[in-house]
Amino acid sequence: MTSVAVEQRTPRRNTLAAAFAFVRRHVLTVYSLLFFAYLLLPIAVVVVFSFNHPAGKFNYVWQGFTWNNWLHWDGVPGIRSAIILSLEIALFASIVATALGTAIALALVRYGFRGRGTTNILIFLPLSTPEIVLGASLLTLFLNLNVIFGFWTILIAHIMFCISFAVVTVKARLVGFDRHLEEAAMDLGANEWTTFRKVTLPLIGPAILAALLLCFAISIDDFVVTYFNSGSKVTFPLFVWGAARIGAPPQVNVIGTAIFVIALAAMLANVLFQMRRAKGAS
Amino acid sequence: MGFFHRHRGLTPYLLLAPGILWLAVFFLVPLGFLAYQSLQSGNIDFGYAFTWSWGNYWTAIRDYRDQFIRSLEYAGIATVLALAISYPVAYWIAFRGGRWKNLLLLGIVAPFFVTYLIRTLAWQTILSDDSLVVRTLQNLHLLGANGRLLNTSVAVVAGITYNFLPFMALPLYVSLEQIDGRLIEAAEDLYASKFHAFLRVTLPLSLPGVVAGTLLTFIPAAGDFINAQLLGSPNNHMIGNVIQSKFLELTDYPAAASMSFILMAGILVAVAIYARIVGTEQLTGTAV
Repeated sequence: MTSVAVEQRTPRRNTLAAAFAFVRRHVLTVYSLLFFAYLLLPIAVVVVFSFNHPAGKFNYVWQGFTWNNWLHWDGVPGIRSAIILSLEIALFASIVATALGTAIALALVRYGFRGRGTTNILIFLPLSTPEIVLGASLLTLFLNLNVIFGFWTILIAHIMFCISFAVVTVKARLVGFDRHLEEAAMDLGANEWTTFRKVTLPLIGPAILAALLLCFAISIDDFVVTYFNSGSKVTFPLFVWGAARIGAPPQVNVIGTAIFVIALAAMLANVLFQMRRAKGAS
Repeated sequence: MGFFHRHRGLTPYLLLAPGILWLAVFFLVPLGFLAYQSLQSGNIDFGYAFTWSWGNYWTAIRDYRDQFIRSLEYAGIATVLALAISYPVAYWIAFRGGRWKNLLLLGIVAPFFVTYLIRTLAWQTILSDDSLVVRTLQNLHLLGANGRLLNTSVAVVAGITYNFLPFMALPLYVSLEQIDGRLIEAAEDLYASKFHAFLRVTLPLSLPGVVAGTLLTFIPAAGDFINAQLLGSPNNHMIGNVIQSKFLELTDYPAAASMSFILMAGILVAVAIYARIVGTEQLTGTAV
Protein backbone atom coordinates (compact mmCIF):
# COMPACT_ATOMS: atom_id res chain seq x y z
CA MET A 1 0.00 0.00 0.00
CA THR A 2 2.58 2.46 1.04
CA SER A 3 4.72 1.77 -1.99
CA VAL A 4 1.75 2.39 -4.31
CA ALA A 5 0.99 5.69 -2.58
CA VAL A 6 4.57 6.76 -2.97
CA GLU A 7 4.62 5.75 -6.61
CA GLN A 8 1.49 7.76 -7.27
CA ARG A 9 2.90 10.83 -5.66
CA THR A 10 6.46 10.91 -6.90
CA PRO A 11 5.93 11.18 -10.68
CA ARG A 12 3.99 14.39 -10.37
CA ARG A 13 6.47 15.84 -7.99
CA ASN A 14 9.31 14.65 -10.17
CA THR A 15 7.95 16.19 -13.36
CA LEU A 16 7.39 19.45 -11.54
CA ALA A 17 10.85 19.35 -10.06
CA ALA A 18 12.34 18.33 -13.40
CA ALA A 19 10.48 21.13 -15.15
CA PHE A 20 11.74 23.63 -12.65
CA ALA A 21 15.25 22.23 -12.87
CA PHE A 22 15.08 22.58 -16.66
CA VAL A 23 13.87 26.16 -16.31
CA ARG A 24 16.69 26.88 -13.96
CA ARG A 25 19.31 25.21 -16.08
CA HIS A 26 18.54 26.44 -19.58
CA VAL A 27 15.82 29.05 -19.75
CA LEU A 28 17.62 31.16 -17.19
CA THR A 29 20.80 31.08 -19.25
CA VAL A 30 18.98 31.91 -22.47
CA TYR A 31 17.10 34.68 -20.70
CA SER A 32 20.32 36.11 -19.29
CA LEU A 33 21.94 36.16 -22.71
CA LEU A 34 18.89 37.97 -24.10
CA PHE A 35 19.17 40.40 -21.21
CA PHE A 36 22.76 41.20 -22.16
CA ALA A 37 21.74 41.63 -25.79
CA TYR A 38 19.09 44.11 -24.63
CA LEU A 39 21.65 45.96 -22.50
CA LEU A 40 24.12 46.19 -25.35
CA LEU A 41 21.65 47.03 -28.14
CA PRO A 42 21.75 50.83 -27.67
CA ILE A 43 25.53 50.69 -27.30
CA ALA A 44 25.78 48.86 -30.61
CA VAL A 45 23.62 51.58 -32.16
CA VAL A 46 25.92 54.28 -30.76
CA VAL A 47 29.02 52.55 -32.11
CA VAL A 48 27.55 51.71 -35.52
CA PHE A 49 26.18 55.20 -36.07
CA SER A 50 29.56 56.71 -35.25
CA PHE A 51 30.56 55.31 -38.68
CA ASN A 52 27.45 56.56 -40.41
CA HIS A 53 27.58 59.01 -43.27
CA PRO A 54 24.37 60.96 -42.64
CA ALA A 55 22.76 62.65 -45.63
CA GLY A 56 21.04 65.45 -43.73
CA LYS A 57 21.56 66.75 -40.24
CA PHE A 58 19.78 63.82 -38.63
CA ASN A 59 21.88 60.80 -37.75
CA TYR A 60 18.94 58.37 -37.45
CA VAL A 61 19.04 56.31 -40.62
CA TRP A 62 22.00 54.30 -41.85
CA GLN A 63 23.36 55.86 -45.05
CA GLY A 64 26.83 54.46 -45.55
CA PHE A 65 30.13 53.68 -43.92
CA THR A 66 32.77 56.32 -43.39
CA TRP A 67 35.86 56.90 -41.25
CA ASN A 68 35.26 60.62 -41.57
CA ASN A 69 33.58 61.17 -38.20
CA TRP A 70 36.47 59.52 -36.42
CA LEU A 71 39.10 61.41 -38.40
CA HIS A 72 37.29 64.70 -37.80
CA TRP A 73 36.05 63.99 -34.29
CA ASP A 74 36.25 67.68 -33.45
CA GLY A 75 34.74 68.76 -36.75
CA VAL A 76 31.71 70.26 -35.02
CA PRO A 77 32.04 73.72 -33.47
CA GLY A 78 32.12 73.59 -29.68
CA ILE A 79 32.65 69.86 -29.24
CA ARG A 80 36.36 70.13 -28.53
CA SER A 81 36.07 72.77 -25.80
CA ALA A 82 33.14 70.85 -24.28
CA ILE A 83 35.23 67.68 -23.99
CA ILE A 84 38.17 69.56 -22.52
CA LEU A 85 35.93 71.24 -19.93
CA SER A 86 34.37 67.89 -19.00
CA LEU A 87 37.80 66.30 -18.57
CA GLU A 88 39.07 69.21 -16.44
CA ILE A 89 36.02 69.19 -14.19
CA ALA A 90 36.09 65.40 -13.83
CA LEU A 91 39.81 65.42 -12.99
CA PHE A 92 39.63 68.13 -10.32
CA ALA A 93 36.30 67.00 -8.91
CA SER A 94 37.41 63.38 -8.55
CA ILE A 95 40.69 64.32 -6.84
CA VAL A 96 39.14 66.76 -4.36
CA ALA A 97 36.07 64.60 -3.65
CA THR A 98 38.21 61.48 -3.12
CA ALA A 99 40.54 63.33 -0.73
CA LEU A 100 37.63 64.73 1.30
CA GLY A 101 35.75 61.43 1.14
CA THR A 102 38.75 59.34 2.23
CA ALA A 103 39.25 61.58 5.26
CA ILE A 104 35.59 61.19 6.23
CA ALA A 105 35.76 57.41 5.74
CA LEU A 106 38.88 57.21 7.95
CA ALA A 107 37.19 59.21 10.70
CA LEU A 108 34.01 57.10 10.51
CA VAL A 109 35.74 53.72 10.64
CA ARG A 110 38.65 54.54 12.94
CA TYR A 111 37.35 56.84 15.62
CA GLY A 112 34.49 56.92 18.04
CA PHE A 113 33.21 60.46 18.24
CA ARG A 114 30.05 62.37 18.98
CA GLY A 115 27.96 63.04 15.90
CA ARG A 116 28.68 59.79 14.05
CA GLY A 117 25.01 59.19 13.36
CA THR A 118 24.52 62.71 12.03
CA THR A 119 27.60 62.35 9.84
CA ASN A 120 26.32 59.09 8.39
CA ILE A 121 22.98 60.70 7.60
CA LEU A 122 24.69 63.70 5.98
CA ILE A 123 26.66 61.30 3.76
CA PHE A 124 23.56 59.30 2.87
CA LEU A 125 21.24 62.22 2.12
CA PRO A 126 22.82 63.48 -1.14
CA LEU A 127 22.74 59.90 -2.47
CA SER A 128 19.02 59.66 -1.84
CA THR A 129 18.05 63.09 -3.16
CA PRO A 130 16.94 63.32 -6.79
CA GLU A 131 19.57 65.03 -8.91
CA ILE A 132 17.14 67.70 -10.01
CA VAL A 133 16.70 68.80 -6.39
CA LEU A 134 20.48 68.86 -5.85
CA GLY A 135 20.90 70.99 -8.95
CA ALA A 136 17.97 73.28 -8.21
CA SER A 137 18.98 73.98 -4.63
CA LEU A 138 22.57 74.81 -5.58
CA LEU A 139 21.25 77.05 -8.33
CA THR A 140 19.11 78.86 -5.76
CA LEU A 141 22.11 79.33 -3.46
CA PHE A 142 24.27 80.75 -6.23
CA LEU A 143 21.47 82.98 -7.51
CA ASN A 144 20.82 84.41 -4.06
CA LEU A 145 24.51 85.07 -3.46
CA ASN A 146 24.92 86.57 -6.95
CA VAL A 147 27.66 84.10 -7.81
CA ILE A 148 28.71 84.12 -11.46
CA PHE A 149 27.97 80.75 -13.03
CA GLY A 150 30.77 78.95 -14.84
CA PHE A 151 33.73 76.65 -14.23
CA TRP A 152 33.77 77.10 -10.44
CA THR A 153 30.07 76.56 -9.87
CA ILE A 154 30.23 73.35 -11.94
CA LEU A 155 33.28 72.16 -10.04
CA ILE A 156 31.73 72.92 -6.63
CA ALA A 157 28.59 71.01 -7.63
CA HIS A 158 30.50 67.99 -8.91
CA ILE A 159 32.66 67.75 -5.78
CA MET A 160 29.49 67.97 -3.69
CA PHE A 161 27.73 65.00 -5.30
CA CYS A 162 30.93 62.93 -5.60
CA ILE A 163 31.92 63.08 -1.90
CA SER A 164 29.31 60.59 -0.73
CA PHE A 165 30.27 58.07 -3.42
CA ALA A 166 33.94 58.38 -2.39
CA VAL A 167 33.10 57.89 1.30
CA VAL A 168 31.02 54.78 0.61
CA THR A 169 33.71 53.25 -1.64
CA VAL A 170 36.64 53.81 0.71
CA LYS A 171 34.65 52.87 3.81
CA ALA A 172 33.78 49.47 2.37
CA ARG A 173 37.47 48.67 2.13
CA LEU A 174 38.48 50.15 5.50
CA VAL A 175 35.97 48.03 7.40
CA GLY A 176 37.81 44.83 6.51
CA PHE A 177 41.18 46.30 7.37
CA ASP A 178 43.54 44.72 9.95
CA ARG A 179 44.38 47.43 12.47
CA HIS A 180 47.16 45.31 13.98
CA LEU A 181 49.36 46.28 11.05
CA GLU A 182 49.18 49.91 12.08
CA GLU A 183 49.68 49.11 15.73
CA ALA A 184 52.77 47.11 14.81
CA ALA A 185 54.16 50.10 12.91
CA MET A 186 53.48 52.39 15.85
CA ASP A 187 55.12 49.91 18.26
CA LEU A 188 58.16 49.99 16.05
CA GLY A 189 58.38 53.73 16.53
CA ALA A 190 56.55 55.22 13.57
CA ASN A 191 54.36 58.22 14.34
CA GLU A 192 50.77 58.47 13.12
CA TRP A 193 51.62 60.30 9.92
CA THR A 194 54.43 57.90 8.95
CA THR A 195 52.18 54.94 9.79
CA PHE A 196 49.45 56.40 7.60
CA ARG A 197 51.86 56.99 4.73
CA LYS A 198 53.77 53.71 4.89
CA VAL A 199 51.07 51.26 6.07
CA THR A 200 47.54 52.60 5.76
CA LEU A 201 47.80 54.34 2.41
CA PRO A 202 49.30 51.40 0.48
CA LEU A 203 46.63 49.09 1.92
CA ILE A 204 43.65 51.29 1.09
CA GLY A 205 45.27 52.46 -2.16
CA PRO A 206 43.08 50.28 -4.37
CA ALA A 207 39.95 51.65 -2.68
CA ILE A 208 41.15 55.21 -3.20
CA LEU A 209 41.84 54.45 -6.84
CA ALA A 210 38.38 52.92 -7.18
CA ALA A 211 36.83 56.02 -5.59
CA LEU A 212 38.80 58.27 -7.96
CA LEU A 213 37.62 56.33 -11.02
CA LEU A 214 34.03 56.20 -9.81
CA CYS A 215 33.97 59.95 -9.13
CA PHE A 216 35.58 60.63 -12.51
CA ALA A 217 32.97 58.50 -14.26
CA ILE A 218 30.04 60.09 -12.41
CA SER A 219 31.36 63.59 -13.00
CA ILE A 220 32.02 63.18 -16.71
CA ASP A 221 28.53 61.70 -17.23
CA ASP A 222 26.62 64.23 -15.17
CA PHE A 223 23.99 66.24 -16.95
CA VAL A 224 21.26 67.36 -14.57
CA VAL A 225 23.21 69.12 -11.82
CA THR A 226 25.58 70.63 -14.38
CA TYR A 227 22.68 71.88 -16.49
CA PHE A 228 21.41 73.90 -13.52
CA ASN A 229 24.77 75.36 -12.54
CA SER A 230 26.78 75.86 -15.70
CA GLY A 231 25.78 79.35 -16.80
CA SER A 232 27.04 79.66 -20.36
CA LYS A 233 29.74 76.97 -19.98
CA VAL A 234 29.18 73.77 -21.94
CA THR A 235 30.36 70.34 -20.78
CA PHE A 236 30.16 67.35 -23.10
CA PRO A 237 26.76 66.12 -21.84
CA LEU A 238 25.42 69.67 -22.19
CA PHE A 239 26.79 69.76 -25.73
CA VAL A 240 24.93 66.53 -26.51
CA TRP A 241 21.73 68.00 -25.04
CA GLY A 242 22.03 71.10 -27.18
CA ALA A 243 22.92 69.09 -30.27
CA ALA A 244 20.01 66.68 -29.71
CA ARG A 245 17.52 69.50 -30.24
CA ILE A 246 18.74 70.18 -33.75
CA GLY A 247 19.92 66.64 -34.58
CA ALA A 248 23.05 65.26 -32.94
CA PRO A 249 26.04 64.98 -35.33
CA PRO A 250 27.80 61.58 -35.64
CA GLN A 251 30.77 63.08 -33.77
CA VAL A 252 28.70 62.76 -30.60
CA ASN A 253 28.63 58.99 -31.22
CA VAL A 254 32.38 59.03 -31.84
CA ILE A 255 33.11 60.62 -28.45
CA GLY A 256 30.52 58.41 -26.75
CA THR A 257 32.16 55.32 -28.25
CA ALA A 258 35.64 56.54 -27.31
CA ILE A 259 34.67 57.15 -23.65
CA PHE A 260 32.98 53.73 -23.60
CA VAL A 261 36.00 51.91 -25.02
CA ILE A 262 38.48 53.62 -22.68
CA ALA A 263 36.36 52.99 -19.57
CA LEU A 264 35.66 49.41 -20.62
CA ALA A 265 39.36 48.72 -21.25
CA ALA A 266 40.29 50.05 -17.80
CA MET A 267 37.58 48.00 -16.08
CA LEU A 268 38.35 44.90 -18.12
CA ALA A 269 42.04 45.08 -17.20
CA ASN A 270 41.04 45.35 -13.54
CA VAL A 271 38.61 42.39 -13.72
CA LEU A 272 41.06 40.17 -15.61
CA PHE A 273 43.78 41.05 -13.10
CA GLN A 274 41.47 40.05 -10.24
CA MET A 275 40.47 36.83 -11.98
CA ARG A 276 44.11 35.90 -12.52
CA ARG A 277 44.92 36.67 -8.90
CA ALA A 278 41.94 34.62 -7.69
CA LYS A 279 43.05 31.75 -9.90
CA GLY A 280 46.60 31.95 -8.52
CA ALA A 281 45.30 31.97 -4.96
CA SER A 282 43.08 28.90 -5.32
CA MET B 1 55.10 63.44 20.24
CA GLY B 2 53.29 64.97 17.34
CA PHE B 3 50.26 67.21 17.21
CA PHE B 4 47.95 64.27 16.55
CA HIS B 5 49.04 62.52 19.72
CA ARG B 6 48.53 65.52 21.95
CA HIS B 7 45.05 66.07 20.52
CA ARG B 8 43.83 62.55 19.83
CA GLY B 9 40.23 63.51 20.50
CA LEU B 10 40.43 66.14 17.79
CA THR B 11 41.70 63.89 15.01
CA PRO B 12 38.31 62.58 13.83
CA TYR B 13 36.91 66.10 13.68
CA LEU B 14 39.92 67.34 11.73
CA LEU B 15 39.45 64.51 9.26
CA LEU B 16 35.73 65.15 8.95
CA ALA B 17 35.80 68.93 8.81
CA PRO B 18 36.64 69.68 5.16
CA GLY B 19 34.25 67.15 3.60
CA ILE B 20 31.42 67.73 6.04
CA LEU B 21 31.80 71.48 5.66
CA TRP B 22 31.59 71.08 1.89
CA LEU B 23 28.38 69.04 2.18
CA ALA B 24 26.94 71.47 4.73
CA VAL B 25 27.64 74.56 2.61
CA PHE B 26 26.82 73.12 -0.81
CA PHE B 27 24.10 70.61 0.06
CA LEU B 28 22.31 71.52 3.31
CA VAL B 29 22.48 75.32 3.06
CA PRO B 30 21.21 75.25 -0.56
CA LEU B 31 18.22 73.16 0.56
CA GLY B 32 17.52 75.93 3.08
CA PHE B 33 17.75 78.51 0.31
CA LEU B 34 15.42 76.42 -1.83
CA ALA B 35 12.87 76.33 1.01
CA TYR B 36 13.26 80.10 1.47
CA GLN B 37 12.80 80.66 -2.26
CA SER B 38 9.73 78.44 -2.36
CA LEU B 39 7.86 80.77 0.00
CA GLN B 40 8.65 83.95 -1.92
CA SER B 41 6.43 85.91 -4.26
CA GLY B 42 7.14 88.33 -7.07
CA ASN B 43 8.81 87.89 -10.44
CA ILE B 44 12.23 88.05 -12.02
CA ASP B 45 11.89 91.63 -13.27
CA PHE B 46 10.75 93.29 -10.04
CA GLY B 47 12.51 90.90 -7.72
CA TYR B 48 11.26 88.34 -5.24
CA ALA B 49 10.29 88.98 -1.64
CA PHE B 50 9.85 86.50 1.18
CA THR B 51 6.16 86.55 2.08
CA TRP B 52 5.45 83.10 3.53
CA SER B 53 3.56 82.49 0.35
CA TRP B 54 2.37 78.92 0.92
CA GLY B 55 0.06 79.52 -2.01
CA ASN B 56 2.97 78.51 -4.30
CA TYR B 57 2.57 74.95 -3.08
CA TRP B 58 -1.18 74.81 -3.64
CA THR B 59 -0.88 76.43 -7.06
CA ALA B 60 1.81 73.93 -8.03
CA ILE B 61 -0.29 70.96 -6.95
CA ARG B 62 -3.40 72.37 -8.65
CA ASP B 63 -1.71 73.20 -11.96
CA TYR B 64 0.69 70.27 -12.22
CA ARG B 65 -1.16 67.44 -10.53
CA ASP B 66 -0.91 65.32 -13.69
CA GLN B 67 2.86 65.72 -13.93
CA PHE B 68 3.35 64.86 -10.25
CA ILE B 69 1.21 61.74 -10.51
CA ARG B 70 2.83 60.79 -13.81
CA SER B 71 6.31 61.05 -12.28
CA LEU B 72 5.46 58.66 -9.46
CA GLU B 73 3.55 56.40 -11.86
CA TYR B 74 6.32 56.17 -14.49
CA ALA B 75 8.99 55.75 -11.82
CA GLY B 76 6.91 53.07 -10.09
CA ILE B 77 6.27 51.09 -13.28
CA ALA B 78 9.91 51.41 -14.36
CA THR B 79 11.06 50.19 -10.94
CA VAL B 80 8.82 47.12 -11.04
CA LEU B 81 9.94 46.37 -14.62
CA ALA B 82 13.60 46.78 -13.70
CA LEU B 83 13.13 44.43 -10.76
CA ALA B 84 11.36 41.81 -12.89
CA ILE B 85 13.90 42.07 -15.70
CA SER B 86 17.07 42.03 -13.62
CA TYR B 87 16.21 39.60 -10.79
CA PRO B 88 16.66 36.44 -12.89
CA VAL B 89 19.93 37.73 -14.28
CA ALA B 90 21.27 38.72 -10.85
CA TYR B 91 20.26 35.23 -9.68
CA TRP B 92 21.97 33.62 -12.66
CA ILE B 93 25.22 35.51 -12.09
CA ALA B 94 25.21 34.95 -8.31
CA PHE B 95 24.57 31.19 -8.48
CA ARG B 96 25.90 30.17 -11.88
CA GLY B 97 28.48 32.83 -12.64
CA GLY B 98 31.35 30.82 -11.18
CA ARG B 99 34.62 32.51 -11.87
CA TRP B 100 33.03 34.67 -14.58
CA LYS B 101 31.02 36.62 -12.01
CA ASN B 102 33.10 39.78 -12.18
CA LEU B 103 33.16 39.74 -15.95
CA LEU B 104 29.38 39.33 -16.11
CA LEU B 105 28.92 42.16 -13.64
CA LEU B 106 31.11 44.30 -15.84
CA GLY B 107 28.74 43.39 -18.67
CA ILE B 108 25.88 44.89 -16.67
CA VAL B 109 27.78 48.08 -15.88
CA ALA B 110 29.49 48.47 -19.27
CA PRO B 111 26.60 50.11 -21.18
CA PHE B 112 26.59 52.83 -18.59
CA PHE B 113 30.02 54.00 -19.60
CA VAL B 114 28.26 55.53 -22.56
CA THR B 115 27.03 58.99 -21.60
CA TYR B 116 23.44 58.94 -20.28
CA LEU B 117 22.21 61.32 -22.96
CA ILE B 118 23.84 59.39 -25.81
CA ARG B 119 22.35 56.14 -24.53
CA THR B 120 18.93 57.77 -24.48
CA LEU B 121 19.45 59.18 -27.97
CA ALA B 122 20.26 55.65 -29.11
CA TRP B 123 16.85 54.54 -27.83
CA GLN B 124 15.38 57.41 -29.81
CA THR B 125 16.91 55.83 -32.91
CA ILE B 126 15.81 52.31 -31.97
CA LEU B 127 12.21 53.34 -31.24
CA SER B 128 11.86 55.84 -34.09
CA ASP B 129 8.98 55.44 -36.52
CA ASP B 130 10.69 53.53 -39.32
CA SER B 131 12.90 51.44 -37.08
CA LEU B 132 13.10 47.66 -37.19
CA VAL B 133 11.47 47.37 -33.76
CA VAL B 134 8.45 49.46 -34.68
CA ARG B 135 7.99 47.78 -38.08
CA THR B 136 8.23 44.31 -36.51
CA LEU B 137 5.62 45.22 -33.91
CA GLN B 138 3.40 46.60 -36.66
CA ASN B 139 3.76 43.40 -38.70
CA LEU B 140 2.85 41.35 -35.64
CA HIS B 141 -0.19 43.61 -35.19
CA LEU B 142 0.95 44.40 -31.69
CA LEU B 143 1.04 47.97 -32.87
CA GLY B 144 -1.42 49.60 -35.28
CA ALA B 145 -0.33 50.26 -38.87
CA ASN B 146 0.36 53.87 -37.93
CA GLY B 147 1.24 53.01 -34.36
CA ARG B 148 4.40 54.43 -32.93
CA LEU B 149 6.59 54.08 -29.90
CA LEU B 150 8.56 57.29 -29.89
CA ASN B 151 6.74 60.14 -28.14
CA THR B 152 4.56 57.75 -26.16
CA SER B 153 4.52 56.85 -22.49
CA VAL B 154 5.77 53.38 -23.46
CA ALA B 155 9.01 54.87 -24.79
CA VAL B 156 9.50 57.05 -21.71
CA VAL B 157 8.95 54.18 -19.27
CA ALA B 158 11.19 51.92 -21.38
CA GLY B 159 13.92 54.55 -21.36
CA ILE B 160 13.72 55.05 -17.59
CA THR B 161 13.74 51.30 -17.02
CA TYR B 162 16.82 50.84 -19.15
CA ASN B 163 18.73 53.81 -17.77
CA PHE B 164 18.37 52.80 -14.13
CA LEU B 165 18.82 49.02 -14.54
CA PRO B 166 22.27 48.74 -12.90
CA PHE B 167 20.96 50.49 -9.78
CA MET B 168 18.55 47.57 -9.49
CA ALA B 169 20.71 44.71 -10.74
CA LEU B 170 23.81 45.38 -8.61
CA PRO B 171 22.16 45.47 -5.15
CA LEU B 172 20.13 42.39 -6.14
CA TYR B 173 23.31 40.60 -7.09
CA VAL B 174 25.07 41.58 -3.86
CA SER B 175 22.27 40.25 -1.65
CA LEU B 176 21.87 37.04 -3.70
CA GLU B 177 25.60 36.44 -3.74
CA GLN B 178 25.78 36.65 0.05
CA ILE B 179 23.26 33.84 0.56
CA ASP B 180 24.85 30.76 2.09
CA GLY B 181 24.36 27.96 -0.42
CA ARG B 182 23.97 25.45 2.42
CA LEU B 183 20.75 27.18 3.52
CA ILE B 184 19.24 26.55 0.11
CA GLU B 185 20.43 22.94 0.14
CA ALA B 186 18.89 22.46 3.57
CA ALA B 187 15.65 24.01 2.36
CA GLU B 188 15.60 21.75 -0.68
CA ASP B 189 16.03 18.76 1.60
CA LEU B 190 13.18 19.94 3.79
CA TYR B 191 10.72 21.36 1.30
CA ALA B 192 11.61 18.85 -1.41
CA SER B 193 10.80 21.22 -4.26
CA LYS B 194 13.36 23.67 -5.55
CA PHE B 195 10.62 26.11 -6.35
CA HIS B 196 9.43 26.16 -2.75
CA ALA B 197 12.99 26.42 -1.52
CA PHE B 198 13.37 29.49 -3.70
CA LEU B 199 10.11 30.98 -2.48
CA ARG B 200 10.75 30.31 1.20
CA VAL B 201 14.51 30.85 1.47
CA THR B 202 16.22 32.54 -1.47
CA LEU B 203 13.59 35.19 -2.10
CA PRO B 204 13.23 36.35 1.54
CA LEU B 205 17.01 36.41 1.96
CA SER B 206 17.38 38.57 -1.13
CA LEU B 207 14.81 41.11 0.10
CA PRO B 208 17.44 43.59 1.37
CA GLY B 209 18.74 43.77 -2.21
CA VAL B 210 15.21 44.21 -3.54
CA VAL B 211 14.59 47.07 -1.12
CA ALA B 212 17.92 48.77 -1.86
CA GLY B 213 17.51 48.34 -5.61
CA THR B 214 13.94 49.63 -5.52
CA LEU B 215 14.92 52.79 -3.67
CA LEU B 216 18.02 53.39 -5.81
CA THR B 217 15.89 53.09 -8.94
CA PHE B 218 12.69 54.79 -7.85
CA ILE B 219 14.15 57.96 -6.32
CA PRO B 220 16.25 59.13 -9.28
CA ALA B 221 13.59 57.91 -11.72
CA ALA B 222 10.89 60.07 -10.12
CA GLY B 223 13.02 63.17 -10.59
CA ASP B 224 14.15 62.33 -14.12
CA PHE B 225 13.25 64.56 -17.05
CA ILE B 226 15.70 63.44 -19.72
CA ASN B 227 13.76 60.38 -20.85
CA ALA B 228 10.49 62.30 -20.98
CA GLN B 229 12.20 65.06 -22.96
CA LEU B 230 13.98 62.88 -25.50
CA LEU B 231 11.60 59.92 -25.83
CA GLY B 232 8.22 61.42 -24.96
CA SER B 233 5.86 64.12 -26.14
CA PRO B 234 4.72 67.03 -23.94
CA ASN B 235 1.86 64.75 -22.89
CA ASN B 236 4.40 62.50 -21.21
CA HIS B 237 6.25 65.25 -19.38
CA MET B 238 7.09 64.55 -15.78
CA ILE B 239 7.47 67.00 -12.93
CA GLY B 240 11.22 67.16 -13.59
CA ASN B 241 10.49 68.73 -16.98
CA VAL B 242 8.31 71.38 -15.34
CA ILE B 243 10.85 72.16 -12.59
CA GLN B 244 13.60 72.37 -15.18
CA SER B 245 11.73 74.75 -17.48
CA LYS B 246 10.40 76.90 -14.61
CA PHE B 247 13.91 77.32 -13.28
CA LEU B 248 15.93 77.70 -16.44
CA GLU B 249 13.53 78.99 -19.08
CA LEU B 250 10.67 80.78 -17.31
CA THR B 251 12.71 81.93 -14.28
CA ASP B 252 9.71 81.36 -12.03
CA TYR B 253 11.92 80.40 -9.10
CA PRO B 254 9.36 80.24 -6.25
CA ALA B 255 7.08 77.92 -8.21
CA ALA B 256 9.98 75.68 -9.27
CA ALA B 257 11.35 75.59 -5.72
CA SER B 258 8.01 74.62 -4.21
CA MET B 259 7.65 71.87 -6.85
CA SER B 260 11.04 70.48 -5.87
CA PHE B 261 9.84 70.10 -2.30
CA ILE B 262 6.53 68.58 -3.34
CA LEU B 263 8.48 66.07 -5.45
CA MET B 264 10.64 65.16 -2.46
CA ALA B 265 7.57 64.87 -0.23
CA GLY B 266 5.90 62.64 -2.83
CA ILE B 267 8.96 60.40 -2.97
CA LEU B 268 9.11 60.23 0.84
CA VAL B 269 5.45 59.21 1.07
CA ALA B 270 5.91 56.57 -1.65
CA VAL B 271 9.02 55.22 0.08
CA ALA B 272 7.24 55.18 3.47
CA ILE B 273 4.30 53.22 2.03
CA TYR B 274 6.72 50.83 0.37
CA ALA B 275 8.73 50.40 3.59
CA ARG B 276 5.50 49.50 5.37
CA ILE B 277 4.51 46.88 2.81
CA VAL B 278 7.96 45.32 2.57
CA GLY B 279 8.45 45.52 6.32
CA THR B 280 5.34 43.51 7.08
CA GLU B 281 5.95 41.08 4.22
CA GLN B 282 9.45 40.49 5.42
CA LEU B 283 8.15 39.82 8.91
CA THR B 284 5.60 37.27 7.76
CA GLY B 285 8.18 35.77 5.43
CA THR B 286 10.52 34.97 8.31
CA ALA B 287 7.67 33.95 10.63
CA VAL B 288 6.38 31.22 8.30
